[in-house]
Amino acid sequence: MKELSLNLLDVAENSVKAGATLTELLLTEEQNRLTMVIRDDGCGMSAETVAKVIDPFYTTRTTRKVGLGVPFLKMEAEQTGGSLTVSSTEASADPICHGTTLTAVFYTDHVDFTPLGDVISTVTTLIQGHPDTDFLFLHTTAKGEVRLATCGVRSLLGEDVCLGEYEVIKWIEAYLKEQYGDLQGI
Amino acid sequence: MKSLAELQAIKDRMKDKVVLREGTDGIRVVVGMATCGIAAGARPVLNAFVEGVNNGGLAGKVSVSQTGCIGICQYEPVVEVFESGKDKVTYVKMTAEKAQEVVEKHLKGGNVVTEYTIGAYDA
Repeated sequence: MKELSLNLLDVAENSVKAGATLTELLLTEEQNRLTMVIRDDGCGMSAETVAKVIDPFYTTRTTRKVGLGVPFLKMEAEQTGGSLTVSSTEASADPICHGTTLTAVFYTDHVDFTPLGDVISTVTTLIQGHPDTDFLFLHTTAKGEVRLATCGVRSLLGEDVCLGEYEVIKWIEAYLKEQYGDLQGI
Repeated sequence: MKSLAELQAIKDRMKDKVVLREGTDGIRVVVGMATCGIAAGARPVLNAFVEGVNNGGLAGKVSVSQTGCIGICQYEPVVEVFESGKDKVTYVKMTAEKAQEVVEKHLKGGNVVTEYTIGAYDA
């Protein structure tokens, strides 16, 4: 992928498909390290499936639903000297606290680091496509943070207004742009 | 500063729109957003449709939604247009520019942009 934000979109789609009610997209920048965490409260996976998700050759042959998305991201992390891990708890194992957490670490000063790209577009695309599930986006940098929680927007708009409405999406886009602008200005 | 008061204003404006939508026999635009689609550039295509439909005054008539892998990954980004009483139209190898053209000619004008459909590539 040309931008890490596209991987973020791709992996978050898996969370939504896993029936997540809340998908958290967390980006943390510390010096030359970028940590991407995608955490959901979806149905989770067995340890066996988690192992398959990371291996492209095993995965594509057996669980076609999962596909190449995670191996792509793993490659992009490892080519910077970073790593990718997935942990998961199945709903059958723990009916209350289940879901999947994917953590990818990148070294941003490595020549093979894929740029983050248009993260705002990833957030708005997810909300447009899945207006009934909640997302928490939090990008933490040394200068401050950019945050959006759809649950807050949802409670303000009430039940009658869909989060996928164009005006709402444009508001979220401008809201995030403004926060990134503030970070630049510091 | 983007304020929550603006969201409240959006909420108030939407009250009138909700009534308008019901009962309209609309066109559905569906963009494939699986790994294959995303890697091929589906995100800007989707955004171009969302922008084009809303800025072109088609919001009450056309809905834009996302789906998973349609099964023809080599043709991504793939966009399907569904309209009741008509055959499904499948646009392939889409770009944001082509999407704008489809909004103008097909969604607004009612004329399928044949050169971007899968039929044009199969021939």
